[in-house]
Amino acid sequence: MVDEAVGAMDMGSDERVRRRDRSAVLRMTEVEAAELAITPRNPITGEVADERMILNMGPAHPSTHGVLRLLLEMEGETVLRSKPIIGYLHTGMEKTGENLTFLQGPTNVTRMDYASPLFSELVFSLATEQLLGIEVPTRATWIRMLMCELNRVSSHLLFQATNGMDLGAVSMMIYGWREREEVLRFFEKVTGLRMNHNYIRPGGVAADLPDGWQDDIRHLLEIIPPRLDEYEILLNNQPIFRARLQGVGVLEPAEALALSVTGPILRATGYDWDLRRDEPYLAYDQVDFDVVVGTCGDSFDRYAVRLEEIRQSLHIVEQILDLMPDGDYRTQDKKVTPPPRARIDESMEALIHHFKIFTEGFHVPEGEVYAAVESPRGELGCYIVSDGGPKPYRMHIRGPSFANLQTLPHLMHGRLIADAVAVISSVDPIMGEVDR
Amino acid sequence: MSDTEATVEEAAPVPASTSCGQSVLHPGRDAYLGTVESLRNEGYCSAIDLTVVDYLTHPGRTDLPEGIEPERFEVVVGLIDHARRTRIRLRVQVPADDPTVPSLFDLFPGTEAMEREAFDLFGVSFEGHPDHSRILLPEDWVGHPLRKDEGIGAIPVQFKAASERR
Repeated sequence: MVDEAVGAMDMGSDERVRRRDRSAVLRMTEVEAAELAITPRNPITGEVADERMILNMGPAHPSTHGVLRLLLEMEGETVLRSKPIIGYLHTGMEKTGENLTFLQGPTNVTRMDYASPLFSELVFSLATEQLLGIEVPTRATWIRMLMCELNRVSSHLLFQATNGMDLGAVSMMIYGWREREEVLRFFEKVTGLRMNHNYIRPGGVAADLPDGWQDDIRHLLEIIPPRLDEYEILLNNQPIFRARLQGVGVLEPAEALALSVTGPILRATGYDWDLRRDEPYLAYDQVDFDVVVGTCGDSFDRYAVRLEEIRQSLHIVEQILDLMPDGDYRTQDKKVTPPPRARIDESMEALIHHFKIFTEGFHVPEGEVYAAVESPRGELGCYIVSDGGPKPYRMHIRGPSFANLQTLPHLMHGRLIADAVAVISSVDPIMGEVDR
Repeated sequence: MSDTEATVEEAAPVPASTSCGQSVLHPGRDAYLGTVESLRNEGYCSAIDLTVVDYLTHPGRTDLPEGIEPERFEVVVGLIDHARRTRIRLRVQVPADDPTVPSLFDLFPGTEAMEREAFDLFGVSFEGHPDHSRILLPEDWVGHPLRKDEGIGAIPVQFKAASERR
């Protein structure tokens, strides 16, 4: 009886050794992990036969940014292999997108990356416009650019807040949230909502900027930069903050490219790539800004790159303030843009267009297209297939966080579990976009 | 590596087309892996996107070049070349009765999660994938919801704690 038990345990440990290869990714199902999680004991002596254990972290852990769950293979406090488990926020938004018209589409995609909703709307609109073959008025392009850069500021401020909170700098959380609120207040004034705006739509934007928007922008440009300096004073020279970030979660440029990583995480490795400069969309070729790169690719670089990107975005916003052209804020193509309310009372044609656009939706020529923008988290792509109807035949969003999450096991490998928290925070995943 | 390259060069050139100004290649399933490998050697350094389209209810698409037989599934891969600042898209036809394609994991490890997602939502299998499992849906889920024959709301949402009668 005892011999049998010992024999079974030996076979089990062979299996364990085979599974524990040198790679950083824990590739097993939850059931297999649950079997491994039971610490085997020698049935005769009662000693623990295996020091390693499988630990579950999340999905309801405050440092996992929503509903990220991790399976961690631990030896003591050291993380060996790990596996991110996602899908807790999966609501089938790509399927939903196939059942909404192109005009309704932005209301759907804006809920994906809820920290930077305008980028999802933008990329969906850009893809639709490429299929339609329509030109957007210059002012609409510049309004889009203004709103997106402010959204990048608010998103990176959110990162600064949560990153500080995860590392114990709780006052940073309050400060980051405070400045983000200033930006969201401007969004509310322009779009009516703080988040999930449905502001950027195929054909332009939903409404023109309100009167006096320049003063609001000048106010933002006045208050945010000095507070960024305060963050640097607060965080950069704080020994605990530095010790917990420097040299933690180092990523090489080659690794990042192999893992399809984009955005600040790629740039923090020292790799110089930004879609705004390298594949200019909107009017980014007409404004001046620097692409911020890091040197070591560690968590501190990812923090520093995002902080400096706020400054660059504000620099772009400052130029937009002077360069904003006059004109229409949406295309005058009557098949795409609903007529103004006043026209409906006097023109039968306007009434028909209004009715057709809001019931059936406008038809988009058959074809397929991929559009990409540089969101605060990396390359946000939208792949749309149209069968000539008023709804996308297939609508796929390439979420940057989804690809970036694949770096977690590599960044955590061989580090302490406390570093895992710093690493998750520095990758800055938005689970709404990961799970879609 | 050189074997695959040689076969690609000897074989007929991969049919190409453009869509909204974007270049698209249409390799067959046999040439898929070799094409991606030679593109990677040419400088396409990162696989940005991988997804699947189910053309069940839109079979007569007209954007395929001559000689490409449309099938139900299409695996769509987006590659990017940073040095030349170009992108290329591959569209691979996958028949409904044998929905398998080789995995790109060995060439671009970043496609691991994307291929899992494609398998999860479309039921297209990727041969040679190191962790061929569902990623977004629960492991015991039945069906592949982004297929066109899975209707919206067709599956009643069940909560494990919900009692049968209220």
